[in-house]
Amino acid sequence: METRPLIQITNLSKHFPVYRGVVFKRRIGDLKALDNISFHIAEGETLGLVGESGCGKTTACRTLLQLERPTAGEVLFKGEDITRLGKHPLRKLRKKMQIVFQDPFGSLNPRMTVRDIVGEPLRIHGLARGRGEYADRVGYLLDIVGLGPAMAGRYPHEFSGGQRQRIGIARALAVEPEFLVCDEPVSALDVSIQAQIINLFAELQEKLGLTYLFVAHDLAVVRHISDRIAVMYLGEIVEIASREALYHHPQHPYTRALLSAVPIPDPEIERNREHCLIRGEVPSLFDTPEGCKFHPRCPFARGICRESRPALRGIEGNGHNVACHLA
Amino acid sequence: MLLDVRHLSTHFKSRHGTIKAVDDISFDLHEGETLGIVGESGCGKTVSALSLMRLIPDPPGRIVSGEILLEGRDLLQLSEKEMCDIRGNQMAMIFQEPMTALHPVLTVGRQVMEPLIRHKDVRRREAFTEGVRLLKQVRIPDAGDRMHAYPHQFSGGMRQRVMVAMGLACNPRLIIADEPTTALDVTIQAELLEFMKGLTRDQGTALILITHNLGIVARYADKVIIMYAGRIIERAMTRDLYLTPRHPYTTGLLASVPRLDRDTREKLLPIDGQPPDLADLPTGCAFHPRCRHATARCREESPMLREVADRHDVACWIDA
Repeated sequence: METRPLIQITNLSKHFPVYRGVVFKRRIGDLKALDNISFHIAEGETLGLVGESGCGKTTACRTLLQLERPTAGEVLFKGEDITRLGKHPLRKLRKKMQIVFQDPFGSLNPRMTVRDIVGEPLRIHGLARGRGEYADRVGYLLDIVGLGPAMAGRYPHEFSGGQRQRIGIARALAVEPEFLVCDEPVSALDVSIQAQIINLFAELQEKLGLTYLFVAHDLAVVRHISDRIAVMYLGEIVEIASREALYHHPQHPYTRALLSAVPIPDPEIERNREHCLIRGEVPSLFDTPEGCKFHPRCPFARGICRESRPALRGIEGNGHNVACHLA
Repeated sequence: MLLDVRHLSTHFKSRHGTIKAVDDISFDLHEGETLGIVGESGCGKTVSALSLMRLIPDPPGRIVSGEILLEGRDLLQLSEKEMCDIRGNQMAMIFQEPMTALHPVLTVGRQVMEPLIRHKDVRRREAFTEGVRLLKQVRIPDAGDRMHAYPHQFSGGMRQRVMVAMGLACNPRLIIADEPTTALDVTIQAELLEFMKGLTRDQGTALILITHNLGIVARYADKVIIMYAGRIIERAMTRDLYLTPRHPYTTGLLASVPRLDRDTREKLLPIDGQPPDLADLPTGCAFHPRCRHATARCREESPMLREVADRHDVACWIDA
């Protein structure tokens, strides 16, 4: 089944200038938070994005949504390049794409009631006429995220982490978006609550036909919810594949290391697994290694890996791409 | 037996009355063993660990009853001065937050040397050499130079390794690691846990691993206790716990985590409701409002931990 891509990102880069000095500030270089990444997300699909802290996952989300303007590259939303849109057309577009944040405590204004938090996007975009419709909409939104309209008059501090995340989701859904970016939406939650929220995302996708970009560092969570998975390392995508292919036939050594590092809650299986394939720290983004960015930690690195940077290229057709000289 | 904890209870005074953060827990640990303590936030994992170290802030908290026998000596009977000789020496704790647990204005070297100078009769120079060895052991590059660096110059993973080095300094018999890797990336987490597990194998150190991650427990622990609302609700050898979980909370937790090796996009089975508020616990079994099998008895009487199979204890009325 070939569905058209809702999002198409091509050679997207985001560099942050780095300065030194206070009085005589001078630019000493660029921090390449995103370095030439490309991917697409089909309508109704979930693309998972994994990687360790500082690899550029959040910058990817923010740049995709034009919360940060990219340094280079384009972001096509339904075929239209949105990186050059002005303020007003962009604002209209915000109705189509929304974000759910990681921190359910910091992302809700403590002085607003749930009604005002969830209703604010309705007001901004003029989506509800009159009080009655406004209340109905807010009630409906609270209903679909499993909270119920009775909660509308309360304040965020009266809710637990999981419930707050539901409020954040209701707010994102207020404008009836087609595309939702979920930036580590469950990592701050307790284990027994994570499952509730993961299931909620799946239900909402089915009910509302949403397309997700689901970002997390927990590979087990990402694999559960995603159709395809992209693995990021130091601002680049090193492997992208269907969730089956990524788990059963990982090609990049970093993907393999990530998979082996995630423990499976079953002692019998764990006894026969390799636990730790790579050592050392992730280098800083400011001082990335020459050649393949992963080579200092890679157990298979050869001469070519130190010299030239591998490009993301397809293997075995069906959209499995990997950036490794040895794959 | 290295550690024997009997009927330990730690309570806190608050505006809402007495909070039983740890309520009558017992467990033991042999040399070279790893014990996993699992539970969600607020279940009493960290308070248990702090109680073992006698680091409960008093007031508001107090260890109200129980015994903590470390190599036969009851830690609760010791004076604060005697306890100071044990902390960092026979038992060490690795704290959860590598960002805040190190002193920001002291060099890393000084902090690694501190337990050595405090407990062992060594000169500064010897302590320095030993400190460098410890940092090397936890794989900090350029350990000699890094001794003079400050914590903010280290990444999160490296700071956590410094914490581990400090914990190891005096070759403790028991290491308590409170969510040691939660703040770390998975590859760094794997490396650090492998290292600590190696210590239990090579030096017979006992390890208490406090975590909410059932995968880490499956990988590293020999035995497990599951805590809920300040109590132990299930206690078993790791293999038995995963093979035949008995408590509905344990089965619920296992069914609710996404597993890397599950293929289908089957629905997770979450545990309904929220973890309870310790200041306002339900009557009877604390888990009953979230339990699918709750009966009238569960609402009235609190179940005691009892043996249901060899070295497998459960606190539940079902099939009692």
